[in-house]
Parts: sequence; structure tokens; C-alpha cells
Amino acid sequence: MNRGARSGLFAVAALGMAALLGWAFAAAPAFGAPSHPYGDLAVQTALAGRATANAIASVTFDQRGLDTMGEEFILFAAVLGASVLLRREPDEFADPDDDEGARDRPSPGPSPEMIHLAGYLVLPVVVVVGIYVIAHGHLTPGGGFQGGIVLATALHLLYIAGDYPALRRLRPQRVFEISEASAAAGYVVLGLVGLAVSGAFLYNLLPYGTLGQLASAGTVPLLNVAVGLEVGSAMVLLLAEFLEQTLILRRRPGGGSNGARA
Amino acid sequence: MTGPLPYLVAGWLSLVGVYGIVTSRNLVHAVVSLSVVQSSTYVLLLTVGYRAGGTAPVFTDIAPGTVVVDPVVQALALTDVVVGATVSALLLALVVQSHKRSGTVDPDELRTLHG
Amino acid sequence: MSVLISVVLLLTAVAGTGVVMTREPVHQAMVLSVLGLVLAILFVVLAAPDVGLSQLVVGAAVLPLMVLLALAKIRAQERR
Repeated sequence: MNRGARSGLFAVAALGMAALLGWAFAAAPAFGAPSHPYGDLAVQTALAGRATANAIASVTFDQRGLDTMGEEFILFAAVLGASVLLRREPDEFADPDDDEGARDRPSPGPSPEMIHLAGYLVLPVVVVVGIYVIAHGHLTPGGGFQGGIVLATALHLLYIAGDYPALRRLRPQRVFEISEASAAAGYVVLGLVGLAVSGAFLYNLLPYGTLGQLASAGTVPLLNVAVGLEVGSAMVLLLAEFLEQTLILRRRPGGGSNGARA
Repeated sequence: MTGPLPYLVAGWLSLVGVYGIVTSRNLVHAVVSLSVVQSSTYVLLLTVGYRAGGTAPVFTDIAPGTVVVDPVVQALALTDVVVGATVSALLLALVVQSHKRSGTVDPDELRTLHG
Repeated sequence: MSVLISVVLLLTAVAGTGVVMTREPVHQAMVLSVLGLVLAILFVVLAAPDVGLSQLVVGAAVLPLMVLLALAKIRAQERR
């Protein structure tokens, strides 16, 4: 269908969708309405039942832990798919010291020494902040997802502060693949342990402790650590695939793409 | 209060994002427009969960019993943000690979499947 | 408080429209970063700091970075 017909069809569909959305939103509760029964129940369970100060962490890892496991595996599958798509093909080779290709390889210009110094100084601070965000996920806003990404971007400060070969030395892909898979498996293992102990998958089996202490909320801190490792490793692997494709891999001259490969 | 504005913004973002995908001439532009559609769902989720005068549902420094907003929709949106970005990355990898095979990123030229 | 929410919501709508209307992908990545920032502000204003933290790291840094890397790879491939 050509462009004009597609735009016409879209106009009709958008009008219909807008009408349906308007009808639905007219029946929705007003913005800021005080009645949230499920939310009140969730907060009550988190505070009184589970001693979790961060009610969102309680909902994510305790009351709806199964959904979070599904989300974690969507992330795992997406990184797996990207790794397969951006794999090194037989007609590509890795040559970081390729000089003839240097003119068309994207490379940063010379950066001032201050950036290198600032990067090297800030990197350990950001790593500690990331670990803090993961560890205190059940007490303050944060948790596995946020802390994992903070850790992954902390590692890439090395790319900004130094250069790509420095990052490559410190980022063995095999290690991150193993850590991602084991962390994802660790989440499932914690669920299976709950199943074995009491017949419910992801049952919260550790003692709840007192509200507001670091050792509270049962298995939520452990699940936070598992998710943090998984998300951090997944993000590092994803960025590694893209960076390798852009900065390192070169196609052999004469091996053009003809689409006939299986 | 702010009346229907949050719902209008969520609906507008989703329709504008779909418009971007439909009229796109560059697959990378289409992937980024898809992330605009995803952000409209986050706005809608948090709009539904907002309670006037409520604060964040983290009880480390507020007393239990204070008026807070709904934590359930925040839990949904939280995981959604990270996973949505990863899926967009997968789509970008797909675009890169399709460009390697066919030499173009224009969706109108990627019409037929080659054998 | 509701004036603040209304202003940030309107900014979000403008930023989202800007992302779609920017046809050149490299420029679009920059506007996407702005949209990520505005969304993070919106989430904090709506009393959702957890989601705001997620959105800030992902939407303002990681996603535009991957868009730019994909574009650089496509440009390098086109030069062959």
C-alpha cells in the first residue's frame, strides 16, 4: 500500500482510536481521586504484614514477584536476541589497530586530561552508589533494576574517561554472560526454595525483621541483588554488542552483502 | 484539579507515536517513535495511581498511615521502563542487521522478502 | 501543586511531539534524551521517585546512546 493510502487509513484509524480513548477516559476516575482500594491493601500488607518500608519494592518482589520474574526474562531474551543479531559474521574481523580503516571509523577527538581524571575519580563513587541503591532497595527508592543500570553505566565511565581498549580489557564478555545467567537462575532458585519449603513459588521464607532495618523484608533484599546483577550484566552485554559493532568489527573488503546467506 | 489533562496527554502521546511509526522514512526513526508510544503508557499508569496530596509510598521517614499514592502501578511502570528500553535495543539490532542485508533503512523499500 | 503537574504534562506532550517530528535520526536521539529527562521530572512530580530514577538512567542516557551507536554502525556500513 502506498504512502498516501497508508496515511489515509491511519487518519481514519486515529479518529476511531481517539473516540474510543475519549469514551474510556470519561469513565475513568478523576485524576487524584482518593479511592485506591488495591493500593491501600498493598501498603497495609507491606507495612504490617511484611515489614518492608518501600511499598513499591514489596509489590514488585514480594506480592507480585512472579510478574517481575517474567519481566526479568523478557530482558534476558532481548539481550539474547541482540547478541544473536549482532554476532560476528564470518566476513567480519576484529582489528582494533586497523590503520587503513581508521579514517572511516568513528573515533573521538583528543579529550582534555581533566575528563580522564574526573572519570577515574568518579568511577568508584558511582560503583558504590550503585551497590548502595541495590542493597537498600527495600528501604529507599531504588532496587535491583535501577541499581543494576547505575552499575552498568559506571563501568562505561571507563570508556568516556579512557578509551575503548581500556574498557575492553576490563569487560570480559564471558564473565558477564555467566553472571547474567546465574543471576537470572538465582531468582528462580529462590522461588523454588520457597516452593520446597512451603508449597508456594517465591514464598517469602526469611524472617521479616523490624521495619526500616537493613535486614528486613525477608527475601526481598536477596531478590533485589539477583535482579541487580542480572540487569547490570545484561546492560553491559547489550552495550558491548553495539560498541563492538561500531568501533571494532570491520567487514573484509570484497565480501559485500548480497543477502544470499542462509 | 488538572481535570482531564493527564489523560489527554497520554492519549496524545500514544497517537503521535503511532503517527510517527506510520509516516516514518527511516527505521531508526520508527523505533524511537515506538518508545514514545511506550512512554504514553507510563504516563497513563502513573496518572491512574496518583492521589491528591499523597506522597511517595516509601515509609522510611514518614509514619505509617500517611496519605500515599498507589504503589501497585508504580511497580508496573518501574520494570516496564527498563524492559522497554532493552526491547528497543533489540529492535535497533534488527535494524542494523536488516541494513547489512539490504543496504537500506527506508521501510518503503524493504518490501519483498528475498529468497 | 496542580499547576506544576499541568506544566510538566504539557512539556511532556511537546517533547513527545518533538521526538516524532524530528526526522533526522541523530537530532531525534538528542530530543529523545530531552523527552527522557522531562518524563523523569513528571514521574518525580507525580510522587513516583522509584520510576523516576529508572526513567532518568534509562531514557536520558542508555537509550539515546544505543540509538547513536546503531546510527554510527549504519553510516559506516553505507560507506562501503
